[in-house]
Amino acid sequence: MPLLDIKNLTVSFDTSTGPFLAVKGIDLSVEPREVLAIVGESGSGKSVSMLAVMGLLPASATVTADRMSFDGVDLLGLDAAERRKIVGKDISMIFQEPIASLNPCFTVGFQIEEVLRFHMGMDRAQRRARAIELLTLVGIPEPAERLSSYPHQMSGGQCQRVMIAIAIACNPKLLIADEPTTALDVTIQKQILDLLVRLQAEYGMGLIMITHNMGVVAETADRVIVQYKGTKMEEAGVLSLFESPKSNYTRALLSALPDNATGDRLPTVSDMMFEPAPGA
Amino acid sequence: MSVVVEGKNIKRDYHVGGGLMRGARTVHAVKGVSFSVEQGKTLAIVGESGCGKSTLARIITLIDPATSGDLLIDGHKVDIAKDGLSKEMRRKVQIVFQNPYGSLNPRQKIGDILGEPLIINTDKPAEERRELAHAMLKKVGLGPEHYNRYPHMFSGGQRQRIAIARALMLNPRLLVLDEPVSALDLSVQAQVLNLLADLQDEFELTYVFISHDLSVVRYIADDVMVMYFGEAVEYGPRDEVFSNPQHSYTKTLFAATPRADVASIKARLAKKAA
Repeated sequence: MPLLDIKNLTVSFDTSTGPFLAVKGIDLSVEPREVLAIVGESGSGKSVSMLAVMGLLPASATVTADRMSFDGVDLLGLDAAERRKIVGKDISMIFQEPIASLNPCFTVGFQIEEVLRFHMGMDRAQRRARAIELLTLVGIPEPAERLSSYPHQMSGGQCQRVMIAIAIACNPKLLIADEPTTALDVTIQKQILDLLVRLQAEYGMGLIMITHNMGVVAETADRVIVQYKGTKMEEAGVLSLFESPKSNYTRALLSALPDNATGDRLPTVSDMMFEPAPGA
Repeated sequence: MSVVVEGKNIKRDYHVGGGLMRGARTVHAVKGVSFSVEQGKTLAIVGESGCGKSTLARIITLIDPATSGDLLIDGHKVDIAKDGLSKEMRRKVQIVFQNPYGSLNPRQKIGDILGEPLIINTDKPAEERRELAHAMLKKVGLGPEHYNRYPHMFSGGQRQRIAIARALMLNPRLLVLDEPVSALDLSVQAQVLNLLADLQDEFELTYVFISHDLSVVRYIADDVMVMYFGEAVEYGPRDEVFSNPQHSYTKTLFAATPRADVASIKARLAKKAA
């Protein structure tokens, strides 16, 4: 049974010019212990569909789906209080801007322990021990001292490690990472990706990696979904996606990588989107 | 070929003011960097945040003076700390910033944004300024209908085109590009890189291209400088740096760059299955 199973998900936003369809009927499923990458450019609906799963969209958004179930529980039928018991515990999410996602007014330790108190009901000593354990796990030196640090006293990479610590605090079954390394340097990006993949394997989590970076996809994913303007263009195993992309859009994305430049100009998406696929 | 910009042992210190309880400190942001770029060539400066690459960009763009060392533009020594900045020098050097959402004034129309460098640095009449702005819009792939619009009406890629157009209004010799594509989507990034290449061919522009993305650098640069904690740890022609990196930091940087080729995906999946 898939861990997360979504059929025909649509998300629309009310705007002054009428409803705007951000996600137009997407099917998506993640198996336990699987790394799924969702790739697309800004406006492709990749973040919005995951925010819909988390129930984090603003009131102006309307979410409909034929099915949206997590671990056998129908998410659509839950009220806010019931959903809060799952979100942050069994499904958790990390975001693009690590410094902006942490609360600047509270210490890192408080923010980690908050999750443990709410979801696990641990007492003070247990929470502190677990917080130190988590910071050690995500590779922060001197974890006991760092518990009393504020986010502004840490670097971007360290803040992202703290975010990961919060996300895995309750041993989630599914971790959603929304562009977790986009704001970070290449060397730090490598460390964070290695950390996520290691934790995913060690704890047997499902991992959804939202990204626009094909390099990140190649380094982490088992399976890939390519989205464009709210629709799914392609879904394939990572190897077959890179070896023989089916859709024009995927081909365009891959050839726009400067790594793959053959001539002295790069092909762009608009060059390729409207040509028929070879052999089609 | 003539050398457009040359730096000799450029240093820049920042003095961090002390307070009541602690003394002042000096941060050595750039610790003696030398380079030279010929006309029509691109020098890429690579490094992680805090390595001093943007400080160096500000010095080359004549925004900040260097603490010591010589900066030569077209063979003339420039020291803005002593002599100030002449309009002639500003016409020669222009910059494009990283974030096109922050670098355009939201209350100015595109036409005014493009005309402003001409108002400040030249005495061209309004009619000529308008003609030049229209011509430049066309050059960067926008149209006359965009002249009277405001920045918020454009996408990120279009805004970066406008920022590039503004930088080119004065026919500069040297363009400093501070992470010009890192805020853009992959396909838009390709368009902007192509535009930069076209403009370089047409005007024989010289680029100093700051980036942390090695795949972009490999594509656009002639020479590469790798900076680490304020020092140039590696400097040479692109192919030499990429094929035979000398410094351990450069090697770390290459190893950290994600690979998107089929062979390395196969290797990863095989390792995972084992």
